[in-house]
Amino acid sequence: MKAAVIVFPGSNCDRDCKTAIERSTGATVDMIWHGENDLPEGLDLIVLPGGFAYGDYLRAGAMAALSPVMEAVRAAAARGVAVAGICNGFQVLCEAGMLPGALMRNAGLKYVCKAVALDVVNAQTRFTAAYGEQRVAVMTVGNGEGAYFADGATLDRLEGEGRVAFRYRDNPNGSVRDIAGIVSDDGNVLGVMPHPDRAFEAALGSADGATLFQSILGRA
Amino acid sequence: MKAKVEVFLKPGVLDVQGKAVENALHGLGWPGAANVRVGRVVTFDVAAANAEEARTDVEAMCERLLANPVIESYRVEIVP
Repeated sequence: MKAAVIVFPGSNCDRDCKTAIERSTGATVDMIWHGENDLPEGLDLIVLPGGFAYGDYLRAGAMAALSPVMEAVRAAAARGVAVAGICNGFQVLCEAGMLPGALMRNAGLKYVCKAVALDVVNAQTRFTAAYGEQRVAVMTVGNGEGAYFADGATLDRLEGEGRVAFRYRDNPNGSVRDIAGIVSDDGNVLGVMPHPDRAFEAALGSADGATLFQSILGRA
Repeated sequence: MKAKVEVFLKPGVLDVQGKAVENALHGLGWPGAANVRVGRVVTFDVAAANAEEARTDVEAMCERLLANPVIESYRVEIVP
């Protein structure tokens, strides 16, 4: 199995993602600079990591969404490659129009960094299948603009189509309807605010993030 | 020509920054300050044959980049 992590100027979880994917799935992971026009052949997963791409200038994810590599990422998702945006990566996917909605300033105005319990709302997406009967996953959030927002009709559609993958049990940032992670209409793209890459083995406080990567790439 | 773009969160979208500034103004002794909204102003020069063409261009820029239409609305001012 083969994965790629996109590195934007200002990404700071890119190496965490590489280590998390390698250790939890055994996949090989290429680091791809955002200025590339092409991606390696034969990818099973592309990760847009957390951080502050382009210093969050204008809006979080707005500049990164226009990076050269994003055209290749969009094309790969259309071909069926799994694309996961974590934290800042989720913001990039929304700004790129690959996921509906937007991420806004946290309701409490503070940067929130802590472990959160998530309900695995739909364990039948390709990003959550390995959770099986496990209904709760613990990961950490680390965000200042993590409040998911979309209009009511969009939210109803997401819920009706089973596209809410994760919900906060105790909402840390004011996300509408406690949404922590969603998938695209074709199911190939995931956006998730909490970090599976910071919860991939027990020493980190939780190994529940590993299950997300294993859903896509299999177990190491 | 000069373009000035004002971007604000749409009415109905909670502006937590505006709310915090409003509370601070109340604390400073202006209890009458209400409906505070914090936005962004972007100014730049734009090459266009006339103001109408400039406005069309700048509105397209707003849709593509300067504003996020999901949560923000914008107002364009063109100064010849």
